[in-house]
Amino acid sequence: MKIKANLISGRTTKQGANLEAKTYKSYFEACSYCELNSVDLDKLGAYEGNSLKVTSEFGEVVVFAKANDGNPKGLAFIPMGPWANTVLNPDTHGCGMPGLKGVPAEIEITDEKPLDMKSLMKKYLEN
Amino acid sequence: MPVIKDVVCSLCGCLCDDITVTVEDNKIMGVKNACILGHSKTVGVQTHDRIKTPMIRKDGELVEVTYEEAIDAAARILANSRRTLSYGWCSTSCEAISKAIQLAEETGSVIDSTANVCHGPSALATQEKGNPGATLGEIKNRSDLIIFWGCNPIHAHPRHMTRYSSFSRGFFTPNGRKDRKMVVIDVRKTDTAKRADKYIEIEQGSDLLLVTALRSAINGHEAAIPKNVAGVSKAEILGLAELMKNSRFVSILFGMGITQSRSKYKNGDAVSSLISDLTQHTKAIMMGMRGHYNVSGFGEVATWETGYPMAIDFSKGYPYYNPGETGANDVLVREEVDAAIVGAADPGAHFPQKAVRHLARIPLIQIDPYPNPTTELADVVIPAAVVGIEVEGTAYRMDAIPIRMKKLIATEFKTDEEILKDLIVKVRELKRGEVTCQSY
Repeated sequence: MKIKANLISGRTTKQGANLEAKTYKSYFEACSYCELNSVDLDKLGAYEGNSLKVTSEFGEVVVFAKANDGNPKGLAFIPMGPWANTVLNPDTHGCGMPGLKGVPAEIEITDEKPLDMKSLMKKYLEN
Repeated sequence: MPVIKDVVCSLCGCLCDDITVTVEDNKIMGVKNACILGHSKTVGVQTHDRIKTPMIRKDGELVEVTYEEAIDAAARILANSRRTLSYGWCSTSCEAISKAIQLAEETGSVIDSTANVCHGPSALATQEKGNPGATLGEIKNRSDLIIFWGCNPIHAHPRHMTRYSSFSRGFFTPNGRKDRKMVVIDVRKTDTAKRADKYIEIEQGSDLLLVTALRSAINGHEAAIPKNVAGVSKAEILGLAELMKNSRFVSILFGMGITQSRSKYKNGDAVSSLISDLTQHTKAIMMGMRGHYNVSGFGEVATWETGYPMAIDFSKGYPYYNPGETGANDVLVREEVDAAIVGAADPGAHFPQKAVRHLARIPLIQIDPYPNPTTELADVVIPAAVVGIEVEGTAYRMDAIPIRMKKLIATEFKTDEEILKDLIVKVRELKRGEVTCQSY
C-alpha cells in the first residue's frame, strides 16, 4: 500500500537544538522521521517507529513514521536536514531557492532502516 | 563564580541579549534565560563534538594536520579553481563576513549566504516592492495584531513570542497577550497555531492567492473574491481583512512557508503590496523571521561592500548578481563550480540532493567549529572558534539592528576572521607570487 502525499520540510525545536551536534544520535532522532496524520498512517498500516520509504521524482529515503494530527490528510512533514533533502526539489525556478516545500511524494511501509548521518552522506561520495 | 550578564545568544535571528552565563576556570558552568536552542548552543561549546584539529582528506580519510598545512592546501584549491563557490558565513561575525567577501573577490568566486535556502526570496521581494518593516522593539511596544504566516516561532525562534511579539508586554500593550490578537496562517496546525486566537489553514503553495484575496477585501473589491480561496472561505478572508483594518498596528511576520513554496519571491512581493494597501487604513509592517543569527548581517555587509545582499559573482572582476543564475544551489545544480569553500554553514545537511552530489565531487574546504554532514564530504577541514562564546564580534538581529556579541571564554582555536585573513595572504602569494604577510 502506498499513499500519495504533499511533502514539506521545516524546523523543529529538537532539530534546532542539535544544529551543532549533527554527529550525535539525538540529531538522527530529531530529523530522520516523517510526520503524517494518523489517518494516513492507518492507511499504510504503519505505527509510530515503523520505517517508511518516501519517494519523489528526485530520490528516495527511509525514515521513521510519526503521527501528527496537526497535519491535514495528505500532508507529510520531514524536519529539515539531509534526510528530507534527499527527496526535495533542487530546481530553483530562476530565483535561487530550491523547492524545499510542496514536493509530490509516495510513501510506503518498508523493512529497511533509516541510514545514520554518516552512512547517508557516504552515498553521495560513492555516486 | 564570575557571572556574565547581558550575553547575546548566537543561535537564531532573535539575538536575545539578556542571557546570563556563569563561567569558572574558563568553563561555562550555567546558562540562564536562554531557550532550548540557545542553551544547547552555549553549553554545546564544551559538550558537543568539536573539530579538534585541521584535517586534509588522504586516501578517502581525513588526516590531522597543522593549521599551516590546512591553510596551504585550502589556498591551493582556491588558487587552482577556475570557478569557486563560497557559501555560508551566517553563523559568524560581520568582521569575518567582510573577509569572506574579500577572499571571494580575490579568487573571482561566487559568494552566497544561507539566505539561499532561507529568506533569499524575501530579499528579492523587498527589492521589487520595498520593505515596510519595523524594529522588534516597535512590534513589542505597539503591535496589537500579530500574524505569523508560514512560520512556527515556537520551534524556530522560541523566545520571539515572549520577548518581542504575542506574549510580550509593551508600552501600548501593557497587558501583553490580552492586548494583542494573534493569527496564524499555515498549512498545518503547528504548536504556534495552537496558541493563536485564529488559525487559518491554507492549501500548501497557495499563499499568493490568499494574499491577493486579502488585498481585494481591503481595497473594497469583495465581489471579486470567490467563495473559497486557497482552501479558506470568503467569510474568513473578509473577517481577517476587517480585523487587519481595525487594528492599530499590524505585524505580518513570515517564514519559509512563504519563501520555499510555489511563487517563492512573488509571495513576499505580494505581502509588501498588502502592507501598502493596509497603510491606507492603519499602520502595518512585515518582517522575515530570519534563521541564522547573522544572516541579516551577511546581507548588510555584502550590500555595503558589493551593492548586493547575496549570490554575488566576482568572476567578471566586478560584483554581478542574479539569483537563479548566481545562487549557491544554481551553480551547484548546473555543476558549474569546480571547488567550494563553506564557512559557518552546512550545505551537506541543508541543500537538496543534486547540489550535495556536486559538492561531493569537487574539492571542498570547510571552516566550522563542529563536524556535520559537510565534513563528511570535505577535503580540507579547518576548525574555528565559536563566535559569541569564544570570540566577540558584531551580528545583525532579524530587524537589522547590529548587536555586539561578547567573548565568554578563551580558546586555542583560530577565529573565522583569522583563518580567512591567512587564506587571503596565501592565495595572493600563490596567484601573484606576492609575499604580503601583513598587507591586509
